[in-house]
Amino acid sequence: MAETIVAADAAQNAGSIPLGSSGENVDEIPSVNIPEENEGSLLDKIRALREDKQFENTRIRWMNRLKSLVLWIFRTVMIVGISYVIIGPLISIISSSFFSDSDLYNNMVFVIPQNPTLERYINAFSYMSYPKVFVKTILYTLSLMVLNVLVCSMVGYGFARFEFPFKKLFFGMVVVMIVIPIHTILFPLYITFHNFNPLWIPQLATGQKLNLLGTYIPMYIMTLFGTGLRSGLYIYIFIQFFRGLPKEIEEAAFVDGAGMFYTYFRIMLRNAMPAVVTVAIFSIVWQYNDTSYARMFNFPSDAVLSIRISSLSDTISNAMSISDPNITALFNNAGIVLVILPVMILYIVLQKQFVEGVERSGIVG
Amino acid sequence: MAETNQKPEGQQTKASQNVKTAQAKKKGRLTLMQRRALVGFLFISPWFIGFLLFYVRSLYLAGVFSLNKISLDLAQGGYSLEFIGLDNYIYAFTKHGTFSQVLVSSVTDMLIDVPLITAFSLLIAIMLNSRFKGRTLVRAIFFLPVLLNSQAIVAAMDSASRLMAAGVGAMDAETMADLQSGAANISYYISIFKVLGLPESILDYIVSAADRLSSIVSSSGVQIVIFIAALQSISPSLYEVARIEGATTYETFWKVTLPMVSPLIITNVVYTVVDSFVVSEIVELAYYTNFTELNYGLSSAMSLVSSAVVCAVLGLICFLISRYTFYYN
Repeated sequence: MAETIVAADAAQNAGSIPLGSSGENVDEIPSVNIPEENEGSLLDKIRALREDKQFENTRIRWMNRLKSLVLWIFRTVMIVGISYVIIGPLISIISSSFFSDSDLYNNMVFVIPQNPTLERYINAFSYMSYPKVFVKTILYTLSLMVLNVLVCSMVGYGFARFEFPFKKLFFGMVVVMIVIPIHTILFPLYITFHNFNPLWIPQLATGQKLNLLGTYIPMYIMTLFGTGLRSGLYIYIFIQFFRGLPKEIEEAAFVDGAGMFYTYFRIMLRNAMPAVVTVAIFSIVWQYNDTSYARMFNFPSDAVLSIRISSLSDTISNAMSISDPNITALFNNAGIVLVILPVMILYIVLQKQFVEGVERSGIVG
Repeated sequence: MAETNQKPEGQQTKASQNVKTAQAKKKGRLTLMQRRALVGFLFISPWFIGFLLFYVRSLYLAGVFSLNKISLDLAQGGYSLEFIGLDNYIYAFTKHGTFSQVLVSSVTDMLIDVPLITAFSLLIAIMLNSRFKGRTLVRAIFFLPVLLNSQAIVAAMDSASRLMAAGVGAMDAETMADLQSGAANISYYISIFKVLGLPESILDYIVSAADRLSSIVSSSGVQIVIFIAALQSISPSLYEVARIEGATTYETFWKVTLPMVSPLIITNVVYTVVDSFVVSEIVELAYYTNFTELNYGLSSAMSLVSSAVVCAVLGLICFLISRYTFYYN
């Protein structure tokens, strides 16, 4: 008896029992008895198989395997397909940025150019005055990122940990800020910064209102007051994250005599690293890509890369007197590769923190 | 003293609070509760000032502009208003060539996109949540579109992805003609399905969905991550129980997964609506009217109307979804 069980176990462990072997086991299990007279009858065999638990188990196992195989194929096809939809254009942009004029109209050329050229990159590089604009953009983006993290985390902390009158109303305002599309207030903001007159100080001092358009200052002012590009979302992220942190840490600090601002800076901000990373990277990426604010505040054309790239193909077709839009597009592609390269490098380096940071930073609440 | 006062207000009796206030008044100081409220307000004050200065004031100005005819006098740094009542609104709806049409099509686009993006990102999130080789790489790929959302890049990516249909490299006259006509091949498939007897409205939806695939994929990066986070926060014991009770995968999805992620469906819908609205045609139209046609009053009216419509749609959707949302706590 013990031996049969061991044999059955071994067969199960082996995982693949041919149908014949299950038939052998049938004779040893007493509950199944095949009537002698109708030997070879198909119906009886089927009944025997139905009552055979061993066969049943094998069948279920195989069905499960089949199911998971089908699922696996489905998932792989979906993932590969969608990844292609995402990556395909990128590959096409990168490869075509190496095309020479002859490659463009050569039907034999597929992805890999026959006469690769760096001409596109050299021209795009110089017409965008890449190094200068790049340094400016990086300084602008990073400084705004620091401001965003500091201000939004402060506001988020205030919302998450303190009780004050009208808190619910104010929180509603944060949500409103996320929901209102910027374009509704673009023009009023344009007017506001054209005649910038806080507390009438500029008018009293110099006799006229300040015109801040064409400079970076409006963006810094707005970010400093927690109303910059997508600040509402950052505030929301911080609120959710601080709510999720245990109160004990700051209570301990508080009992030990730390002030409220000290607690926030030295203890809470350190503990909010996932949220800080998330907001920092979102802020860098979105600010780097932003064109609507930059266009509205009349940034000079060499101020940020996002503006520079949008005029690149026109610049090049004028300067090099190229009339074929398809060839200008090649230069544009090279420019795009130059623009997205820094972000891609940043993303590849911080990829893990990025995705996991978003997952842990309590957007989920 | 400090420790005892740190309890939330709910736990303190009113009498003891009164006593403490009285004590504080005697010393000429605020109670801890009041001081904390003050500090809390200090913490949010930068945002509060900014909100009043830039949002409330701008919305008010937009309202005023929409009721006036504005002539900008940039040399003197000012503008003059001439009150014309609701004329801008009336003009936008009755006389403007494209406004009503664009508004309707923008909202319809949004209504088509939102369920698709939400369902798609939930499906992808469930797929990416299970363990398999190269998961990190795939997640990184799915998050790429979020990084590449600059206008110039999006435009270039769009033309590149349309070119993909004809192969990545070569571009000849034939391909260009196909690109121009766009839906050349689609009409053939439509006719096939018409023969099969599918209702035309459903067919339209499917066709437009297939047509939008790449835009749907590229605009669901953040939603996927949010859903993955939600899926990971579901306690495994729920799945265990479901399995022990003999639930199939299908039943587990409807009875466990979906209810548990349902609070985040609202978050995602809000995010999707706002995100797709910012790049919609109606916004472009308002922007064009403002900065190219220099018709500021009309543009303000358009912006306000479209924002109001979107907020109404958003409110309606949230109301509908929240009736079916399940909150664990």
